[in-house]
Order: sequence, then structure tokens, then C-alpha cells
Amino acid sequence: MKHLPIQGRTLALLAVIVPLLALFVYVGLRSGPLAPVAVTVMTVESRAITPALFGIGTVEARYTYKIGPTFAGRVKNLEVHVGDQVTAGQVLGEMDPVDLDDRLRSQQAAFRGAQAALREAQARQTYAQTQVGRYKRLFAAGSTSDETLNTKQQELAIAAASLSAAHENLARTRSDQEALVTQQKNLQLIAPHDGVVASRDTEPGTTVVAGQAVLELIDPESVWVNVRFDQISAAGLAKDLPARIVLRSRSGQTLSGGVLRVELKADAVTEEMLAKVVFDELPQPLPPLGELAEVTVDLPALPVAPTISNAAIRRDGNSVGVWQIVDDELRLTPVTLGVTDLDGSVQVRKGIKEGDQIVLYSEQALTSRSRIEVVDRIPGVSK
Amino acid sequence: MISLAGRDILQAWGKFVFTGVGLGLLIGVTLSMAGIYRGMIDDAKVLLDNSSADLWVVQKDTLGPYAEPSSIYQDTWRGIRGMPGVARTANVTYLTMQVRQGERDVRAMIAGITAGEPGTPGWPPYLVAGRQITRSHYEAVADIASGFELGDRLQIRRNHYTVVGLTRRMVSSGGDPMIFIPLKDAQEAQFLKDNDAILQSRRRTEANPAFNKPGSPDLLGAVIDSQTTNTYVNAVLVQIEDGYSHDDVAESIRRWKRLTVYTRAQMEEILVGKLIATSAKQIGMFLVILSMVSAAIVAFIIYTLTLGKIREIAVLKLIGTRNRTIAGMILQQAIALGVIGFVVGKIVATLFMAPIFPKYVLLEPLDSIFGFIAVVLICVLSSVIAIYAALKVDPAEAIG
Repeated sequence: MKHLPIQGRTLALLAVIVPLLALFVYVGLRSGPLAPVAVTVMTVESRAITPALFGIGTVEARYTYKIGPTFAGRVKNLEVHVGDQVTAGQVLGEMDPVDLDDRLRSQQAAFRGAQAALREAQARQTYAQTQVGRYKRLFAAGSTSDETLNTKQQELAIAAASLSAAHENLARTRSDQEALVTQQKNLQLIAPHDGVVASRDTEPGTTVVAGQAVLELIDPESVWVNVRFDQISAAGLAKDLPARIVLRSRSGQTLSGGVLRVELKADAVTEEMLAKVVFDELPQPLPPLGELAEVTVDLPALPVAPTISNAAIRRDGNSVGVWQIVDDELRLTPVTLGVTDLDGSVQVRKGIKEGDQIVLYSEQALTSRSRIEVVDRIPGVSK
Repeated sequence: MISLAGRDILQAWGKFVFTGVGLGLLIGVTLSMAGIYRGMIDDAKVLLDNSSADLWVVQKDTLGPYAEPSSIYQDTWRGIRGMPGVARTANVTYLTMQVRQGERDVRAMIAGITAGEPGTPGWPPYLVAGRQITRSHYEAVADIASGFELGDRLQIRRNHYTVVGLTRRMVSSGGDPMIFIPLKDAQEAQFLKDNDAILQSRRRTEANPAFNKPGSPDLLGAVIDSQTTNTYVNAVLVQIEDGYSHDDVAESIRRWKRLTVYTRAQMEEILVGKLIATSAKQIGMFLVILSMVSAAIVAFIIYTLTLGKIREIAVLKLIGTRNRTIAGMILQQAIALGVIGFVVGKIVATLFMAPIFPKYVLLEPLDSIFGFIAVVLICVLSSVIAIYAALKVDPAEAIG
């Protein structure tokens, strides 16, 4: 009877100490570096994948017409505004002639002056011709000297040269005058093609230099996307492949299109390939030029092959591999990877086969000595 | 031979165990403190591990890319790739910033990873969910500590990114979760502040007569274009071919490319020795203070326990118990108290403190063993005063 209270006490003490010790051992083994690493496992399956390329680009117009004067001057008026539809040959604006009309009148006066000069030269030449005839006869009669005849002949030659100079001068002044008339016609800014006014860079009264754009015209039918693909993931990019285009302003809407051409020149600095993608059907309203577009180019589907997720790929030193589970042992199997699709599926060319068990996700980096515990989902990851 | 200590503990085991549990909480905090220190060092190391680089090539004379800003041209890697002994190179950018998702924002380190296949230096070496990045733009792999989930849309600067994969223990040296995004996007994020800033910068350029000459109308566009591109990265990560010495390859890059190169050991020295040195010292200081406080409390508890049974000790002396037996009893009790305290402390630190602490707490088994030895030693030392008091007791007190 005397032993009972002590035994009761001992039991109670044990009831506290034993669970505590058990918890301690559990804590020591199940947490920290000694704990097994939670991993999830996937089975390698054979299936076909449809690889695709992803790039971003900007909406651009294939045909952009920059319309401006051919000489420095001032803009007199502009008839059109941004967004206006114009037809080929339409007068869009006019440059201020400034002193052009005065110069034209001066040129006309110069032309008439040249005509008068021509007449004068003709008169001189006719007179010199007559004089030479007369002195020839006098010389034959012996009533004048040889020297005088020679002088008259020289005067005739000079008069003939002056006449041809006057002819040329007349032609020059005529051309000068015509040039000014042409320039006068060129004061008008004329649309070279049907299109839409995309920008109006200057306003009437502004002085512009020769060649500076006053208006910019685009052909809305020629809107395309200038897409950039990273060179490292652009294998298979080719003409005529179908593409899906998502404009930044219409992110819920996928537009269909196709690759028009792949540029022969890549961007050497950014290590990107350039391609032009056209819409199958032009979106209405027209996307603004310069808008960002995400383009996915679908490549032809590949034949069936063992496929894994790219999350399973690990690198160890110089080899790429996957952690394969063989007889509950971890083994890093080197693999040769094939093509990847945009959902992260990678075809494996060599190394593993269909039905193999490989580690997909792991709680921490694995080594071949890691103890693993296969779980459905890594702790902490919500559904 | 009956155990005096055991008998005495059984006499009032509830009080004894509770004292042990109380002491355990204190030891738990001390162990957690050591765990926090280890965690900080581990944060720095996983950052280096996760980049899977052998060498870090950074701007000359900087401690980049983690401890100091560093920027080098994005095509520097081409020259480095050609050096003997270099197996792989990858550009990388790091930027710590707030990442927005709807209403909430998270402080995170954005790592820009070069395009390629999984296993490229800088890529997250393993995932816990989802997949690696496949598109060269607008996809992200986030650390699970950021609280993001698969399919979430994040906003980094002006662009939206879809979370396609989750990682674990991918943190910056400061413990911020990392978010991996494609390099080109990261370069843009690093450079482009926000639309307002871009607009202001454009207006500034327009107002500068040197860039906006009436005679050359195209100059302004060219200047603005050149202002809004970023051709820099923070570092080039280099992996070395087997059979080459890391130091030799580093030295030849230093010599011929005139860039600063760090090996793994040097990088660890920078991160552990410089970046987290102050915080590590703070934690170390707390650890010392806590150990001293624990020792004082253990000594005090054992002394009080001994004084509480001073009459019984006097009786023991009176019946001729040897001093060694009495000292042994007190010592055994002190050690038992220490053991209970340690067990409770370890459980508390592992199950309660480590998971809820905002920073990573790494409890290493070796630390626990050292902790256990330290606890026992402290208990032994603290029992000395109690033993001294017990031995000094006059047997006459048993009757008086």
C-alpha cells in the first residue's frame, strides 16, 4: 500500500517524460538537415508535343510615306489632319513660295533679255558677213590691203561665236525659268499613294529643311508586326508558319496571323532574330503603330517521344540530367534533351525511356546520398 | 543503492518538471538565436549555390553583384566565353525592389536570367511546383516565401508577369525571396523607372537645345532611343571546365579582360564577412547575453531548490551521510534539470520558433550537440554555489 503513491507518481512522471523524449527524437530526425527531402515523382510518358516560339514585337506599317518639301522653306498650309483618309494624287498641303514668284519674274525678264541679246548678235553677224563680202571684192580689185580683209574676216568669226553664245544663253535662261516653274509646282505636297495620315509633324508657318517630313502617311492595309525572337530559342522559325498575336491593349483577344518573312539580318547587339508577322484579317479599329504585341509562332507537331517537364532537369557539373528513382535509390541520369514546347514539356532524345520514374519537384537540392520521401505535393505549395 | 536525487525529484516532480520546461523555453530562444545566425550564413550561401557559378565576373574594382552595384556590357560574356577553361557563361542581373500584385506588394530580389535551357547558370536549380521559364518575356519563377502562387500576375515596373513556377529557399543575402524573370525584361526593369519618369526624361531631352536642333530633326529621336535602352548586366556567371583551376581561370580573366573576378571562396568571404557581418555580430552578442542569462537563471533555480530542502540536507548530515553523496544529489538534479530544459528547448525551437520566425532559422545537429554540452556544463557550474551552501549547513539545524 505504501508503494502505490510513489508508483503513481513515477507513472505520472513517465507519462510526461516519455512523450517528451519521443517528441525530441521525432524532432531530431524529422526536421533540419537530418530530415528526408520531400520530392514529387513523375513518370516519363511518350507523347507528341507541339513546340512554339514566343517573341514580342511592335506594330508597324510596311509602307510609310514621309512627305515633305524638296527645298528649305516655310509651310503655307496643310489640308489634312491625323487620321484622314487620302487618295493618291490628292493635294495635302502647300509650301509658302516666299520669293519664288519674284525670282520667276526675274527669270522671265532675263529670258527676254537673252532673246534681245540673240537678236543683237544676229544683226552683228549679218553685218560682219556683208562686210567680208564687200572687202573680198575690193581686195580682188586691188583697192584694199590684205590686212584689212583679214580684220573683217576675224570680225565675222567673232560675230558668229557671239551668236552661238547668245543661242546657248537663251537656252540656259529658258531652262532656269522652267526649273523655277517646276519648283513652283513642287510647292504642293501631294499624296503618292492611298493611305491614312499617321502624323502631322509641323504646322503652317514652320520653317522646314529640305527632306524633313511634314506629314507621314501610312498604308493601313500594310500593317504588320515586327517581331523579335531570342536567337537561342528561335530554331525552326520560317516563312508561312501560323502565328497568334496578342496586342497589349487587347490582352484577352488572340488574333491569327502568319510569318511573312524572316529577316536575313539579325540584331547582333541584342542577339535576336527579326521576323515580320502579318494579320490574317486586319483588326478593327486598327492597332496604333508602335503598340506592343506578343506573338506565338506554332511550329509543326513533333512525333511521339519520351517527354518530361523542364522542372525535372538538373545540371551537375558538365552534364544535364534528371534524378531517376531506381529501386528506391536516387541516381542522376544524364539525358540529351530535344525540343521544348512553351508549356515546359521537353522531349528526351537519349537517357531515359517511357515509364521511368524521375524526380519532378524537390524541397531542396538533391545529392545521391539524400534520403527522400515521396509526397503528392511539396509542403507549403497550395493547390 | 537508492538514488537520492531521483527520490527527491519524485517528491515534488511537478514543480521540477515545470521548472525544467521554463528553463527549456529560455534554452529554446538561445537555440533559435544560434539558428538565426546559422540561417543568415545559409541565406548567403544558398544565394551562391543557387546561381551555380564557379566565378563571378563583375565591373572592375567593385564588390558586385550582391554587395555593391556593378554593371558591365551585356556582350562581355562573348569574350569571357572564349577564354581557356570556361565551360559556360551567363549574364545575370539582380535588383531588389517591391513587386506588386493587385493591392499587395512584396519585397523581393529580381534576378534576370539569361535565355537558355534549365541548368544554365543563374537559373533556379530546382522547383517545388510549376515549370521553368520557357518564353523569353513576361514569365516569372517566384520563391514560395514571397507568397505568390502559380498563375498569379505580378507587376514589375510596367510589365505584368505570370508566375509559372515556384522555388524554395531561393533568397537574397538579406533573406528577401527571389523572383526569376527573363534577362531582357530584367534589364528593362532595372533601367526603366516608370512611365512618368520616362516622360519627364523625354521632356528634359527635348528642352536641351544640343539634342533638339532645328537643323537636324531626327537627332532628338535618336537620342531618346539611345536613352531608353539598357545594354548592361550586373555580372557574368562563369562555370569552369573540369580540370582547370578556378584561381587560374579567374586570374587570366582579370589580367586579359581587365574585370574583377571572384571565386566561390572570395564571394562567400564578401557575403559572410562584409554584407552580413554587422547583423551576424548583433546575433552573436544576443547569443552570448542569452547564454549568460540562462546560466544565471539555472544557478539561481538550483540554489533556490537546494535552500528549499536545507532542513532535509541537515538531517542527512546528521545521520552521517557523506558530503560526496549530498553534492552528487544536487549535481544530478542540476543535470536532470538541464536535460529536461534542453529537450524542451530543442522541441520548442524546432516546432514553434523556427516555422514562425520571419527569417530562415537553421538548426544544425552539431549546434544542438554543442548546445547540449554547454547546457550541461552551465548546470554543473551553477550547482557549485548550491553545493557549497549545502555543505556549509550545520547538522544542528535539523533539530533547531
